[in-house]
Amino acid sequence: MSAISLARVAGGASRRIFVLLALLLAVLLAAPWIANDYLLTVLIVILYSAFTGQAWNIMMGFAGQLSLGHALYAGLGAYVSAVLFVDFGIGPWIGFLAAVPVAAAAGAIIGFLAFRFGVAGVYFAILTIAFAEFARIGFDHIAAVDASAGLFLPVRQVAHNDLWHLRGDPTMFYYVILAATVAAFILCRLLLESRIGYFWRAIREDEEAARAAGVATFRYKMVAVMISAGLTSFAGVFYAFFYNNLFPEQVFNIGRSIEMILGPVIGGIGTLFGPILGAFVLTGLAESLNAAMAAFGLDMPGAKQVFYGVCLLVVIVALPQGVWPPLARRLGLAKDKP
Amino acid sequence: MTFDVYLNVVVAGILTGLVYGLMALGLSVIFGVVRIVNFAHGEMMSIAMYLAVVLFSSFGLDPLVMLVPIAAVMFAFGYVLQAGLINPFITRPEHSQFLLVVALAIIIVNALLIVFGPDARTVQTSYAYDSFQLGPVLVDASKAYAGGAAIAFAAALFAFFRYSRVGTAIRACADNYTGALVIGLNVKRLYALTFALGMACVGAAGCMMTLIVDVTPIIGPAYTLLAFVIVITGGLGSMAGALFGGILIGLTEALAGLIFTPSAKSMFAFAILVLVLLFRPQGLLGQRLS
Repeated sequence: MSAISLARVAGGASRRIFVLLALLLAVLLAAPWIANDYLLTVLIVILYSAFTGQAWNIMMGFAGQLSLGHALYAGLGAYVSAVLFVDFGIGPWIGFLAAVPVAAAAGAIIGFLAFRFGVAGVYFAILTIAFAEFARIGFDHIAAVDASAGLFLPVRQVAHNDLWHLRGDPTMFYYVILAATVAAFILCRLLLESRIGYFWRAIREDEEAARAAGVATFRYKMVAVMISAGLTSFAGVFYAFFYNNLFPEQVFNIGRSIEMILGPVIGGIGTLFGPILGAFVLTGLAESLNAAMAAFGLDMPGAKQVFYGVCLLVVIVALPQGVWPPLARRLGLAKDKP
Repeated sequence: MTFDVYLNVVVAGILTGLVYGLMALGLSVIFGVVRIVNFAHGEMMSIAMYLAVVLFSSFGLDPLVMLVPIAAVMFAFGYVLQAGLINPFITRPEHSQFLLVVALAIIIVNALLIVFGPDARTVQTSYAYDSFQLGPVLVDASKAYAGGAAIAFAAALFAFFRYSRVGTAIRACADNYTGALVIGLNVKRLYALTFALGMACVGAAGCMMTLIVDVTPIIGPAYTLLAFVIVITGGLGSMAGALFGGILIGLTEALAGLIFTPSAKSMFAFAILVLVLLFRPQGLLGQRLS
C-alpha cells in the first residue's frame, strides 16, 4: 500500500494517527522476518479476528443492527469456496467471487425478512442466530458436503508458494490476511465518511428520526447487511484454505459468531480502530495466558474462553464504549466530533 | 400399531415440553418484568443440572427430592446476580445488556467444562426404566414425574403472581416502571426478586431435565436458544404462552425426531421461530405490540 492512499485514508484525522498507522503497518509488514512460526500464527489469528471484527462492525457499529449469526456468512464463504475447489478444481479467488454473492444473498434474505416485518433489536439478534443454527444443522445433513463427517481440502506439498491456489507456508497466508485487513480498514474508512456512512449513523442513533429526515432506512440497512455479509465471506474462504478442514459443527457454531463480536466490543463498537485494537488486546492476552499455563504445565480446556468471558464482562461493566475511545482521548488522537 | 407409536411419542413430547415450558417460564418472567434478555438462561440451567447430578452421584439424593433445595440455591444465585451485576445495567442500551449476559454465558459454560470435564454425566434413578401403561400408551415414569412436577411448580408461580402482595407489586413494576417508583415500590429489590424467581424456575426445570437427558457442559447454549424459541413462539412476557410454547416445541421436536431424524429436530423448532417472528411477532398467546 502506498503512502498516498494511506494519507487519503487518514484524511481528516490528526497527523499522529497517520504516523501511528504507518508505524503499525511497517511493523506488521516486517513481522515475518522477526517473528517465529508460533508468533506468526498468533498474528494470523489476530488479523483474522481484526478482519471479521471490522466486517461485523459495519452492521452493528455503523448501522446499529446487532447480528449474532455472522458465523453463517463465514461458513457459507468457506463451504462455497471449498466445494468449488474440491469438486471442480476452481481456485479460492474465483471461489471468493462466488462466495460473496451467496453470503450477501443470505444476508439480504435475513435483512429483508427482519426489516420488512419489523423484527428489530434483540429479536433481530435472535433471528440471526436462528438462521446460523439452521445452517449448522442443515449442513450437518447435506451429503454433498460430507455432512457432519466434514469437508477436507487436499493438502499438497508445494515447492513455491502458490498464491493463486492459496497453497503455501504461513508467511503467505499472513500477507494475504494482512492485505485483507488493510483493505477492510480502507473500505470501512471510506464507507464511514461517505454519504451512506452518515445515513447509517443516523439510523443507528435514531431510526425514527432518520426516516423522518428522509433517509431510506430499509435500503441502507439492507446495504449494511449485504456488505457486512459479503466481506465476512472472505474470512470463510481464508479459513477453509488455511485450516483445510470444515465441520458444520465448528464453522457455523454460535461460538464463532460470538468470537467475531468480541474484538469490536472490547476495542470499541462503531470505531474504525476498535476492531483492530480489540483483536490485538484479546488474542494477545489469551495467547499470553496460554503460554503462562503451558509454562506451569497446566492443561485446562475452556480456560481461554473463561478468560474471554471475563474480559468481555470487565469491558462491558467498566468501559461501555470499549477500550479505544478513552485510549484515543488519552493519546490526543480523538477528533472533536464523536 | 403405527398409531400407537405416534401416540406414545406425542405423550412423551408433551411431558418433555412441560419441562421446557417451565424453563422458558423463567425467561419469560425475567423479560416481562426486568426487560433483560437473559441470554445465559440455558447456561444457568446447566448449573442446576450439575448440582443435581453431583448431589445424586455423591449422596444418592434423587433430583426430584432435591428439586426444592436446588431451586432455592438458584433463587439466591439469581437474587445476588441481579442485585449486584445486572441492576446497574437496566438503563443501559439493549445491546450492552445483551453482551453482559453473553459474557456470563461464556464464563459459565467453560467454568463447568474446567470443573467437570467434557464427558456426559447421567442420573440413574431406580425408576429410570419404569413406565405406566395407560390403555395403548406407555408412559415413561421419569418423564411423567418430571412433567407433573413442572405443572405443580408453574401453578405455584402463577398463584404467587396472581394472589400474593409481592407478586402483585412485581406485576405493577412490569406494567409501569415509573408508576411503580412513584407509589414507593422498591423496584430494584423487586427486580432482584423476579430474577431470583426466574432462576428458581430454571433450578427446578434443571433437576427435571437430568431425568430426561445426559448432562454435558456445552448443552447450555442449546437450551438458551430453545428457551428463546419457546417464549417468542408463545409470546414474550406471557406466562401461559411460555408453557404453551414449551408443549408445542416439545411436541414438534418429538415428532420431527420420529418422522425425520433426531439430530435434525431443532431445525423444526427454528423454522417455527422464524415463522412466528415474521407473521405473529408478539407470539401465539402474546399481547399485540403497540
